[in-house]
Parts: sequence; C-alpha cells; structure tokens
Amino acid sequence: MEMTGSQILLESLKLEGVDTVFGYPGGAVINIYDDLFESSINHILTRHEQAAVHAADGYARCTGKVGVAIATSGPGATNTVTGIATAYMDSIPMVIITGQVPTPLIGNDAFQEADMCGITRPCTKHNFLVKDIRELAKTIKEAFYIARTGRPGPVLIDFPKDIQVASHKFSYPDKVNLRGYKPTYSGNIRQIEKAAKMILEAKKPVLYIGGGINLSAANDELLKLAEMTKIPVTTTLMAMSAFPQRHPLALGMLGMHGTFYANMSVTECDLLIAVGSRFDDRVTGRIDSFAEKAKVIHVDIDPTSIGKNVLVSLPIVGDLKDVLGKLLGSLEQKQESLKRLVAATEDWRLMIAEWKERHPMAYRQSKTVIKPQYVIEKIRELTNDDAIITTEVGQHQMWTAQFFDFSQPRTFLTSGGLGTMGFGLPAALGAQVAYPERQVIDISGDGSFQMNSQELATLVQYRLPVKIVILNNNYLGMVRQWQQMFFEKRYSQTVMELPIDFIKLAEAYGATGLQATKVEEVEETIKKALETPGPVLMNFKISREENVLPMVPAGKAINEMVLAS
Amino acid sequence: MKHTISVLVENEFGVLSRISGLFSGRGFNIESLSVAPTQDPDVSRMTLVTRGDDRILEQITKQLNKLISTIKVVDFTDEEFIERELALIKVATEAESRAEALRIVDIFRAKVIDVTPKSYTIEITGAPAKVDAVLELLRPMGIKEVVRSGPVVVGRGAKRSWIA
Repeated sequence: MEMTGSQILLESLKLEGVDTVFGYPGGAVINIYDDLFESSINHILTRHEQAAVHAADGYARCTGKVGVAIATSGPGATNTVTGIATAYMDSIPMVIITGQVPTPLIGNDAFQEADMCGITRPCTKHNFLVKDIRELAKTIKEAFYIARTGRPGPVLIDFPKDIQVASHKFSYPDKVNLRGYKPTYSGNIRQIEKAAKMILEAKKPVLYIGGGINLSAANDELLKLAEMTKIPVTTTLMAMSAFPQRHPLALGMLGMHGTFYANMSVTECDLLIAVGSRFDDRVTGRIDSFAEKAKVIHVDIDPTSIGKNVLVSLPIVGDLKDVLGKLLGSLEQKQESLKRLVAATEDWRLMIAEWKERHPMAYRQSKTVIKPQYVIEKIRELTNDDAIITTEVGQHQMWTAQFFDFSQPRTFLTSGGLGTMGFGLPAALGAQVAYPERQVIDISGDGSFQMNSQELATLVQYRLPVKIVILNNNYLGMVRQWQQMFFEKRYSQTVMELPIDFIKLAEAYGATGLQATKVEEVEETIKKALETPGPVLMNFKISREENVLPMVPAGKAINEMVLAS
Repeated sequence: MKHTISVLVENEFGVLSRISGLFSGRGFNIESLSVAPTQDPDVSRMTLVTRGDDRILEQITKQLNKLISTIKVVDFTDEEFIERELALIKVATEAESRAEALRIVDIFRAKVIDVTPKSYTIEITGAPAKVDAVLELLRPMGIKEVVRSGPVVVGRGAKRSWIA
C-alpha cells in the first residue's frame, strides 16, 4: 500500500509493538503529529523534550520494552540530548525520532536545523539520517533491532520533513541484515566450566552485579546461583532492584557510598564474580587497590566492558541469562564440590557478618528534625513491594539506594552512569503510563526537582497519580557535602537561598501539595499522599546538613571510608 | 607500540566521523588514516596507524568492532604484511643540486613528475621508512612541501583480510 513517510513511521511503530510514545510537536514533525491525531498510538505530551526522553526511558526501564520519544528539529532535537546520553550510559533500549529540515536544506544553516547525527554520535548506540523514503521502513526496523538487542541502548532516527510527506509502498521487513552487528549471546561453555571450577575452589568469593541483570532478566538465575553457592552479593546502583536487598546474602551497594561490609568484602575477597557490571570509577575508587587480592571473572554481553578498567582472569562474553543458566547447570552436577564450597566459605560469611555488625547501614534518628533516611524507610514500609521508585541525582538518590531495600526487579529507576538531575520526575511519569495501577514514587531533592518541575503539568493533564517526595534541605546537598568535607565548608553556590513554596507550586499545576516539618508528621503525610488520588507532592523539611555516609573520598581505595560516627 | 589496523566499514554517510570521533572521544592516538572504497562499492577500507600498549590496543580493536558500521577489524601488527605509502615531495633545486636530486630519485626508484627551473616534484611509493629516508636525503636541498597519503597495508600470501 502507498503511504506517506509519516504514515510509514506510525505503522512501523505499531508493528514493533509500540502503543505509547512521548513527545513534543513542532514544525519539522507536524506531519507526524497530523497522522498521530487519528492514530491508535497513545501520545503523551510532556512540557519539555528532555522530559519526553526521560519519560520514554522510565517506561523502558520498568517494562523492558523499547521506549519511544519524538521531538522536532533544531532546539527540540538538541533538548533530547541529555535524555539520550542518560539512556546510553545505562544501556536503556530507546528509539528517538527527531524531525529534520527538508533534505535539500540540510547543511544550509536552515531555520531550526541541527546536525543531530553529528551531535548524538557519541551518545547513541547508533543513529540514522533518513535520506530516501525507500530506506525508511528498513531503517526503523534496524533501529528497533539495534536498540533492544545485544547491550541495549538508544538509537536516533533523524527524519527530514520532505521524507515525511513523500510517498512509497509500505512493506515492513521481517528480518534485519546487519553484517557489522552480531552480538554474542551464547557464553563459551569451556569458559563457563572454568568459572565453575574457580568458584568451587574459592574461599572468599563475592558476586558483584550490575544493571545487566535486569536488562537480561537474569534475576532468577542470579538468585539461584547465590543461594546454591552461598556467595554474598553486592550490587551497583543500577542493580539495587536486581537482587532482593533483604536477602541474607545481600551486601547492599558497593563503592563511593557503599556499605562498609560490601566494600570490605570486595577488598578482602579472593574471587570477584562481576556479572553485568562495568567497574565504574564510582564503584572501584582507586583502581589499583580495587579487589587487589582477587581473581576476577567478568561476564558481560559487551566485550568492550571486559578488561577496560581492571585486569580480568576469566572473561566470558554472552547474555547473562544464558551464561548464568549454563553455570548453574554445570554447578548442579557437582553437588559434592558445592557442599565443600559452602563449608569452606563459612568463615568468610562469618567475617562479613562481623563487619555488618560492626558497621551496619544505619543513621541516628532524631526527635526534633526529620531525617531523610527515616522518610525513605517509612516510604518502604507504607508502599507495596512492587512500587516503582525513581530518583533524581544527589544525596536523596544515595539514601534511597542505601535504605530502601528493594525486592522486585525493575522497581528502582535512577540515572546511574550519567547522573542526570531532573531524571526522576519524567521517568516516574513514564513508569506510571506503563503501569497505571502501580504505586510510582519520585524521591527527589529540592534542587533536582526544579530541573524538570514543569512535568507536574503532564502528570495532572493525564491524571497520573505519581507521588513526589522532596527531601528538602534548601541545599544542593551532595555538592554541599563535598564542600563541607573537602573545601572547608565554603558553600559556594550550593545554598538555595530562595525557599520555594512547593505546596503552592503543586497547587498551581492542579496537583496536591503536602508538607511535613516534624518527625511525627512523616508517617501521616505519606499515608495521606498514598490515599489521595492524582499526583501529590510531599515536601519534607529535613535536617539540613545530613551527610551521605559511608563515603569513599575521591582517589581513595574503597576500604578507606569515612564512616558515620 | 605502533599498530597498523585495517577496518572494513559500510560505505555510508557519516562512517568516517564515527571512526574518527571514536578515537578523539576516547583519547586514542591516531597517526594516520586513509580511506577508500574496496572491490565491493558498499564497503570502504580504512587503514589507520595508532600507538598504545596492549590494553589500549585491545580497547581500540573492541571499540571499533562495537560500531554497527564496522564489518571487520584486522590488526596487522602480529601478521606478515606489506605496507605502502605514497608521497609527493616538492624540493627546491639549484643548478648544482639537480643532478644529486636525480641520483636520489634513481636510487629509491622514485619519479620526477613535475619540473620547474627551481624545483622538482618527486613521487615515491614504499614503506613509510623508505619515504622517511628519501626525505632525509632531500632535506639539505630545501623541501618546499610534502604530501603523504599515510600507509595502506595488505596481508602477505593468498589469505585475504576480507569479509568472512
């Protein structure tokens, strides 16, 4: 059937299983929006293109599906860049469609022209400029394929206006043929057998897991592996919800704000089993003393992650679900050795239990001021296990990672790699669109919240009952903490001197605003928010100079922590 | 250590910037780069010379392979290969040095491809070390301009470094 470019786009989206897109119209996508007007595809109008991309990202993170965002050319398109870079750093499958000026005008400095393929080259998994309507369907097919396969990531399609209105016969390809792109899914069985042997011989093993566990849906395999071998599990920020944090083998987060016992375990271990994690500098601290007593097994689908930051004794390239499945199969046949392993590692688990007892993840409760950690614990207590929590970036994000004790996969959506303030609210929006019935909560700080607070309008317009928690200290708290600890309390530009009336702000958008200033008000505020239909903003005035601890100062080894007194 | 890497890529819009951007964005060193289509017009070959220790070279190779547009990467350093570079050298010549310039051209099997009363333009192909040697010998006469293509390489023998 003969169709216009914009019709081909929408039909192709449907064939890819896309029912919801996030976006913002403009001159260079007006034809797409005209066709969307009567389309079965649900379009969510955010109030900023950056938010549209974060919303599609949040949608993708909690569902595992490909998130889709649309923006117009020029400023609309450049506004998507932070969102795209956020998704790229955390390997989130997305397709971003940007309008482009008509092909004859490309390169002319035309009105609202920006070289999006040039701009997004380093922050996309791949990008395309559609120059010929005959290539359009194939391009969309390839974009979705690239986004969701291998190590997932965002793919941008730059779509010139004249191609949107051109006509061509529509036929969607069944297959892609990309000779330069063949991800390795199946782990090498000989390498896996070697890994099994190394695990069975270990005395002090630790599993160090990353966001790849969620991406590969290898949560069950991981849990089985941990329980079968009784190997403790430490988790990166991206993987907090990938392993149940109240499990006896859970060590919590490692790295800069990791738990004392996680960091000590990694420092002292003799075998580090890295699974879907990438030895980020926030995890490793001073790299030459990271796990320096350990042999390292590294399992990842992306070969570039392996051997990039640390020397690896045993690399295994493959999909985590496949590799862990095969590893379980191999270990299951060695019941005697498994028994010996569990016995031989008993002392190791006792040593970790001692560390845990000596420095548990804790804070000092106050009777006079609200402690942010207390608010987070209360939210955990009053919400369901499958509540989806998003965060912005800063102190509140670290406290959430430290104190929330996630139990279900894909329930913690946070910008790990790029560390994007302003991510949490639009990501919560996207998650609530994906799961209208689940509780979705954005835990925020007063600084981050203001980076995309305009999305309150989107929440109200679409009746999305996202609950927003502002842990308000009137500071850019994480930078202030660094200034306190390393810059002699010179609080340069981190004091938010104008206190915002967040209740009025919420009400101005048609949302509900609540506030708690005393400890005893915390619980009732959360309860009231959860009972109130529609979006609710909760403003908690917290103890202003509370710090995130433990903390590994920049450049130090991860066992050189500043601990809570 | 110096490495000569041959990269087969899809001959398409933007592919050169993907490769060069990868090197600049990740701080990899790039000494020379030459690009042209192959026997298959849909495939281009990039020959690049870079430097780094084993770990950096491993990353370079892996990162190149990771690009969707990359079809194949061959690091020729560990293999037997033939390396050739083209150079066009404009050298100043006085009456007394013209014979000497021609002798050097002769010894290195180079060619004089353009002549003026005050200059010769010399064409030479060979391994980069040979080009360096010619330049060294011509230098005392006064080199006005040097245009080098950067090396291209091909493996020795019948085996091809082509798409499997």
